[in-house]
Amino acid sequence: MHIPDGFLSAPVAAATGVVAVAAIAVAVKETNKKMGEKQVPMMGVLAAFIFAAQMLNFPVAGGTSGHFIGAALAAILLGPWATVLILSSVLVVQCLIFQDGGLLALGANITNMGIIAGFSSYYIYKGIDILFKDNKAGKLVGAGVGAWVSVVLASLFCAAELSISGTSPWAIAVPAMGGVHMLIGVGEGLITVAVLSLIMATRADLLKLQIA
Amino acid sequence: MKSKWWIIGLAIALLLAIISPIASQFPDGLDRFAEDNNFGDQANEPAFTVIPDYSFPGVSNDATATIIAGVLGTLILFGFAFGLASLLKSKNEA
Repeated sequence: MHIPDGFLSAPVAAATGVVAVAAIAVAVKETNKKMGEKQVPMMGVLAAFIFAAQMLNFPVAGGTSGHFIGAALAAILLGPWATVLILSSVLVVQCLIFQDGGLLALGANITNMGIIAGFSSYYIYKGIDILFKDNKAGKLVGAGVGAWVSVVLASLFCAAELSISGTSPWAIAVPAMGGVHMLIGVGEGLITVAVLSLIMATRADLLKLQIA
Repeated sequence: MKSKWWIIGLAIALLLAIISPIASQFPDGLDRFAEDNNFGDQANEPAFTVIPDYSFPGVSNDATATIIAGVLGTLILFGFAFGLASLLKSKNEA
């Protein structure tokens, strides 16, 4: 879902750029408070894993593929503000070194895949976890649903940005982007649940590192 | 021998980078949407390229070029995020 340069109007690129910079500034302040010994390698591993997993496009319907975003996994393990930093790191490196996602579109990509995907999945995960009274099944359901919603919501924000930019009409962009990402989101949910299950089975203590 | 958990995590990430040539070559959801609606060619060429298309330049074997790019990116991101987090942690202690 990396938007290249040329798809967004200057006002949309600027507005999402401001949102991204502001969110990163808050994220630095928030994560700074609780960053500890164990969170440091988790930040590194999550950024590395998300980068590598994002390379592994999986086919969905009709000659289209999707890829993992990873914001839900990061948000569940470290919280939404740390997720903003992790996804921003991934997106900046992808943009500057791998020419994936435009430089002027970086703010929009961080907004969609970092901020929107991170916060939406975090609160859905938390809400379902509370409903299930903090048990293992609730965490897995929350992770799966949160991951699915994060991808669909990010795609809808992407569609809105394209539409406000005049690139594609609202009535076409929203159903087309939302529709295909409802499928891609299933992949996101499965991967997120699989990784979380693996952590629960091997190192359940790593689920207690949420900082911000 | 009990390895540190994050070494295993990094090893899993590197393994994913090594198998990345098996990734689907179909365009992703956004690219497909852009192609289907005839605005795919609005995408600007990047002003500069370092490792474009996740393929390390100058390597003739496609799979090898992808693996080198993937492993490099994975290590860069581990170092970058680990360094950023260390910086935030030390600011915290100061």
